[in-house]
Amino acid sequence: MNPRLVAATAARVLRQLRADHRTVALLVVVPCVLIGLLSWVYNGTPVFDRIGAALLGVFPFTVMFVVTSVATLRERASGTLERLLTTPMAKADFMFGYALAFGLAAVVQALIATGFAVYVAGLDVRGPLWALVVVAVADAVLGSALGLLASGFANSEFQAVQFMPAVVLPQFLLCGLILPRDQLPSVLQGVSDVLPLSFAVDAMQAVAARTDPWGDVGPDMGVIAVWIVGALLLGSLTLRRRTE
Amino acid sequence: MMNNDIAITARGLDVHRGGAHVLRGITLDVPRGSVVGLLGPSGSGKSTLIRAVVGVQRNVTGDLTVLGVPAGTPALRRRVGYVTQAPSVYDDLSVHANVAYFGRMVGAPAARAAESIAEVGLADKARARVADLSGGQRSRVSLASALVGEPELLVLDEPTVGLDPVLRRDLWAMFHRIAARGRTLLVSSHVMDEATRCDRLLLLRDGRLVADTTPADLMRDTGATDAEAAFLALIDRAEVAP
Repeated sequence: MNPRLVAATAARVLRQLRADHRTVALLVVVPCVLIGLLSWVYNGTPVFDRIGAALLGVFPFTVMFVVTSVATLRERASGTLERLLTTPMAKADFMFGYALAFGLAAVVQALIATGFAVYVAGLDVRGPLWALVVVAVADAVLGSALGLLASGFANSEFQAVQFMPAVVLPQFLLCGLILPRDQLPSVLQGVSDVLPLSFAVDAMQAVAARTDPWGDVGPDMGVIAVWIVGALLLGSLTLRRRTE
Repeated sequence: MMNNDIAITARGLDVHRGGAHVLRGITLDVPRGSVVGLLGPSGSGKSTLIRAVVGVQRNVTGDLTVLGVPAGTPALRRRVGYVTQAPSVYDDLSVHANVAYFGRMVGAPAARAAESIAEVGLADKARARVADLSGGQRSRVSLASALVGEPELLVLDEPTVGLDPVLRRDLWAMFHRIAARGRTLLVSSHVMDEATRCDRLLLLRDGRLVADTTPADLMRDTGATDAEAAFLALIDRAEVAP
């Protein structure tokens, strides 16, 4: 891996993103609108405080999954990926470039969404606010890594977009937001114990509930990191220098 | 045998793709410092041969040596420039951002981006978004993105398709200027008239090499007055032969 090529690739991806004003607006505005809506729906109940923080982890994961899978698919279809792989660029440079770019975009998204949730929607967070941002960025990088992997199995943008409900929704159902995970049927609980979004939600809820959440957040982040590395390794197998 | 005057050597090259025998026993030599045309109708295997030279084609058998080492060797990635048939550049970036990015990938000095944009005649469009350019301009952005690294071998798949005649003449003149600096160009085209602009010709049909010659020899051997007629004469001769 060459840090210069990673940085150049991240800068290029961010430049493409910046040129697309509507996507930038959607990245920033949609989480705020949904959080605002949720706090309004559950106005006067303790529900918003229970799930509001968790959602701050779900947005970056979902959005970065879709954005990365479509962007990588475009690179495959337009021939730019094949061209890059004929240069000294390593596959890892490509993948870490994407992860870095969308990780940075996630910092901006998380700062704005967290600020909105706490200062406008009145979300009660006992732990440090910056911990929410750190977990959100890890979730974003996880979403990017899985999106990169998923794009290897999609032949069209239609298919790539469909991977979002296929990959994200089951995790969403099992992550403990709909029903606490210890109340799930035991088989589903076992499944939810390995899915990465469960750990993301767990970490977010720990930050929201405790002034010193590190005993939970540390191990959760460890599992998320393992998923990121695993997805990137598998994703690298879908980037082929030689093709039919 | 190592030969420093030869850029590409193929011996008994075969490529199978999806059950089809796309290239059959190709044997050829491309001398350094020349502009070599790879001509043939569409579907003759030109792109596959080019992809094999660049090292992105699977299922290649036989010997293929590029700049003294086997095709696809990692060390070649800095020395070989590749321009695909469809322009492979980022539509949502400016011309300069594209060329500068591909330049960084091959370690070219930053100033090279503006130079190679000027070489393809797009200096006045450097700040324009690629999506706003015409098809011909886009393919020149793709070309500039390969020139930026000043590769020893430049492999171009149909770079002049859809360009107006003046521009085509200018590009061929540029190819010869690059070759005069000791670099080698392998340029494919399905337009037979472009044969006369090359130093050497490789004629491909149905995955077989029909001729490895010079434009002058091709005309003399076939007695034809233009490249298209010469190509037809070669095919007729091959089919009459046992």
